[in-house]
Amino acid sequence: MSDNEDRKLAIICSKGTLDMAYPGLVLANAALMMGIEVEMFFTFWGMDIIHKEKQNSLKFVPVGNPSTGMPNFIAAIPGMTPMATKMMHKGLEKIDMPPVGEFLEMIHDAGGNIWACRMAMDMMNLKESDLAPEVDGVVGAMEFLEMAEGAQILFI
Amino acid sequence: MTTIADLKLDADGYLADPNAWTPEVAEAFASELGMELTDRHWQVINFVRAEFAKNGEMPSLRRITKQSGVPTKELYKLFPKGPAGKIAKLSGMSKPKGCI
Repeated sequence: MSDNEDRKLAIICSKGTLDMAYPGLVLANAALMMGIEVEMFFTFWGMDIIHKEKQNSLKFVPVGNPSTGMPNFIAAIPGMTPMATKMMHKGLEKIDMPPVGEFLEMIHDAGGNIWACRMAMDMMNLKESDLAPEVDGVVGAMEFLEMAEGAQILFI
Repeated sequence: MTTIADLKLDADGYLADPNAWTPEVAEAFASELGMELTDRHWQVINFVRAEFAKNGEMPSLRRITKQSGVPTKELYKLFPKGPAGKIAKLSGMSKPKGCI
């Protein structure tokens, strides 16, 4: 356990679909459970994960995803994305995964730091009041890289 | 007094047989970890033991924080720097493998 005391993980979340939100959240939480320090940086579509209106309605989009086993012309039919999203929610619930908002709160309460990208905020015309209360602040890429000094970096 | 040296441990340093757990085992691990157990620590440990008796496995940290009466923030204060492993050791469980 003490082996992890100097470890630090910096996770960059750049995607806002349901299936791309969970890997970062799970890894951040797992790291904290093991005593590894965590810095999370949300940028581009990853901003949806920390957007308080959007974070609990992220979608799983089956188009262009060969892993679903579904031909694209079927995956593109209206109604397929909500259906695929619903199925993924069921699967997540079955394995006791919390909803995105609650997950972020767990990570925050466990001592993980959550940062929003300044550039993405400007590009998407977002205000700090649009963000979930767990967000520790808005920082630029250079500031984040400073915080991530010595950390293992994951880009998702 | 029971010390770590008196216990049969597995390769990861956790109690080899979860059924051999007694409160003294928790005290022995606590002194190894440099911790002093308070009522709040015991609330978590007793919850884990009760869940283990019911389900035969360690509950997830999420379950502990939702149902033991000790929320996430306090849990990380009580068992700093890696609560999963510390709670498992103190409660006589093997090394935790869950993701949540």
